[in-house]
Amino acid sequence: MSTYVPNPRVRLPQRPGALANVVIRGARILDPAAGIDREGDLVVRDGVIGGDPDGLEVVDATGLTIIPGLVDVHVHLRTPGKEHAEDIATGTASAAAGGVVTVLAMPNTQPPTDSPSILGSLLDRAAREAVVPTGFIPAITVGQMGDQLTEHGDLAEAGAAALSDDGVPVANASVMRRALQYQKAADLLFTLHEEDMSLSGTGVMHEGVISARIGLAGIPGVSEAVQVARDCSLAAYEDARIHICHVSARETVEEIRLAKARGVSVTAEVTPHHLLLTDQVVGDDPDPAKFKMNPPLRGSDDREALIEALIDGTLDCIATDHAPHPADEKENPFAAAPFGVIGLETAFAACHTELVVGGRMDLSDLVLRMSTNPARIFGLPVPSLADGARADLAVVDLAATDVVGERPYASKSTNAAFVGMQLTGQVVMTLAGGQDVYRRNA
Amino acid sequence: MSARSSLIRIGDLDVDGIGRILGTAERFGEVMERDIKKVPTLRGRTVINLFLEPSTRTSTSFELAAKRLSADVVSIKGAGTSMDKGETLKDTIRTLEAYDPDVFVVRHPQVGACDVVARHTSAAVVNAGDGTGEHPTQALLDLYTVQREIAPIEGLHVAFVGDVLHSRVARSGISAFRMMGAKVTVVAPPTLVPRYLGEALGTEVSADIRDIADADVVYVLRMQLERMGTGGFVPSLEEYARMYQVNHSRLRSGQRVMHAGPVNRGVEISGKVVDDPSTLIEAQAGNGLVVRMAVLYDVLSESQTAAPGVPGVTLEAA
Repeated sequence: MSTYVPNPRVRLPQRPGALANVVIRGARILDPAAGIDREGDLVVRDGVIGGDPDGLEVVDATGLTIIPGLVDVHVHLRTPGKEHAEDIATGTASAAAGGVVTVLAMPNTQPPTDSPSILGSLLDRAAREAVVPTGFIPAITVGQMGDQLTEHGDLAEAGAAALSDDGVPVANASVMRRALQYQKAADLLFTLHEEDMSLSGTGVMHEGVISARIGLAGIPGVSEAVQVARDCSLAAYEDARIHICHVSARETVEEIRLAKARGVSVTAEVTPHHLLLTDQVVGDDPDPAKFKMNPPLRGSDDREALIEALIDGTLDCIATDHAPHPADEKENPFAAAPFGVIGLETAFAACHTELVVGGRMDLSDLVLRMSTNPARIFGLPVPSLADGARADLAVVDLAATDVVGERPYASKSTNAAFVGMQLTGQVVMTLAGGQDVYRRNA
Repeated sequence: MSARSSLIRIGDLDVDGIGRILGTAERFGEVMERDIKKVPTLRGRTVINLFLEPSTRTSTSFELAAKRLSADVVSIKGAGTSMDKGETLKDTIRTLEAYDPDVFVVRHPQVGACDVVARHTSAAVVNAGDGTGEHPTQALLDLYTVQREIAPIEGLHVAFVGDVLHSRVARSGISAFRMMGAKVTVVAPPTLVPRYLGEALGTEVSADIRDIADADVVYVLRMQLERMGTGGFVPSLEEYARMYQVNHSRLRSGQRVMHAGPVNRGVEISGKVVDDPSTLIEAQAGNGLVVRMAVLYDVLSESQTAAPGVPGVTLEAA
């Protein structure tokens, strides 16, 4: 992973609220980045870790584990324009319920977040409504149309966290090249939705045995891989930094591995749903639209390649691509249903179940990939449990099992791919930005 | 939600189920040779044909099949429906559900539409073609036709030729023939075959038209130009015809040709072959009626007390 360069200009507003004053008693306190792994009490006074426990509320956390809060660099808050699916308040409440202490919101809104004025209004609104610190990733090109660069320098100055045309790729290589050149002036990371639309065509699911059997048009894995190969080449040539969104295909993993080996400044994320599910569910379920997202769920060899790449560091971090849609829109035939699934509230439980309970990595490795690494890649404050750090933490019950969908979602939408699955490792308390933002039984 | 047995994909049936339907069709076929072709089997039952994509032979044969069985039948065609006003499929079905139908026969441009219908009705759902998905009643009538006109299916070799990528006829047909013990070969330009088709459906896949030589049945697929857009799946229809058209120079005597229609004469099949009395194309169209009668009977017979028998026709509920 690239060296940590904090972005001093990024703005991560949160609504005003009382600072937490609490003693979390008798927990395992685990912060691999800070070298902390001990049993005991964690004191939070005035939103900061450490200090005098006297007179503070005591929360019994016997048998529970405290970890640095998660950082999700890829969510959709649907504001402006699609507030019937999600808004800043509900999306960030969903984050808090998932132990997520910082979110970065993508720009494919209506209108797209492509100007300093729209960014400014979103930052203002987040400062009134956001339950957890919230940053915004404006568009690379005006209207996400892929032609004209947005004002990268002004957007950086206004507090943008990164730049992305998420939802659509920057199809024109020359435009992408100019954006990468301009990074030296604006100094914002590009986080790239990678897809060659001419290869994806009318595809709605992974091109594989299942799509051949049921007759849905396929999106081949190479649609993602060829675009990643292009952008890694361009990034190397222009000495620029890029981050690859939601890697789904084994061919893409291979491209990123090769690029890293030759020194390209590239990092990458993977979603919980691509780590847990395959296209098999699309073939088996009578209501498969809940498994429709882009990139699509792929084959079992792709899934295994993603897990291995996450273990060996080829993929650096986990991000949810939390994509709320109203239930009505998901009730269409598969091809007509919108792409996307929610994921903030289940990300930790899903990854813990698959990777830690499943024996693929230990909890420390998972925490690095869900908290430390994404914060470092984007130059955000790194959540820490060290004395003096702002309280950005999650208390988790690693033994607790829930069936997804049985508890009401904090999100406005319910389009969860994991619905009905038993997931182990539940978030019971979240402190974000020094505020007490979520208690499971409250 | 559907308590009745629906027919949405050919895989909803097993070999016994297919045999049962073909047997029923056989007996309906005998009825159709009489002066009075109507039987009271589904009297009092309501069949709604919901055709939201163009269709001539399938919609006609389903409507006639329901009428011959004395069902009350309502046919709704795409243009002029409330879906033009933005109503969702779910709401359309809920509205029609108020009339308490026994069967929905559904044609829809999108794969999986029948699953959506089935979730919102207690009626049986029969798929009459869902986009590039499946067309199970076509597969059944194709089996019926081959069985009647040629031989039992087991051990036959069937070659599907042409645009498999966009073909629900091929998707259901390949599965159905395989299920009944036929060997299936797909011959097509590689651009018109789903990449994993062979693995998905258990067929040989070839790009060489000469590989139809061993087939007993050559099943020609329509070039679905309306689904191709500007994709350029083949360089030209002329080249396609030169390389893949099924015509007499490529057929040997004894090979029987099938096509689900409508045909593009001179493209995937020569006009001479279409007009050749030895092809099964007309028989397929004709057999659609009795097979669809059998399907309507079959989906209703599993959950109801058997309809009153017809003199001379014994139809036992399964």
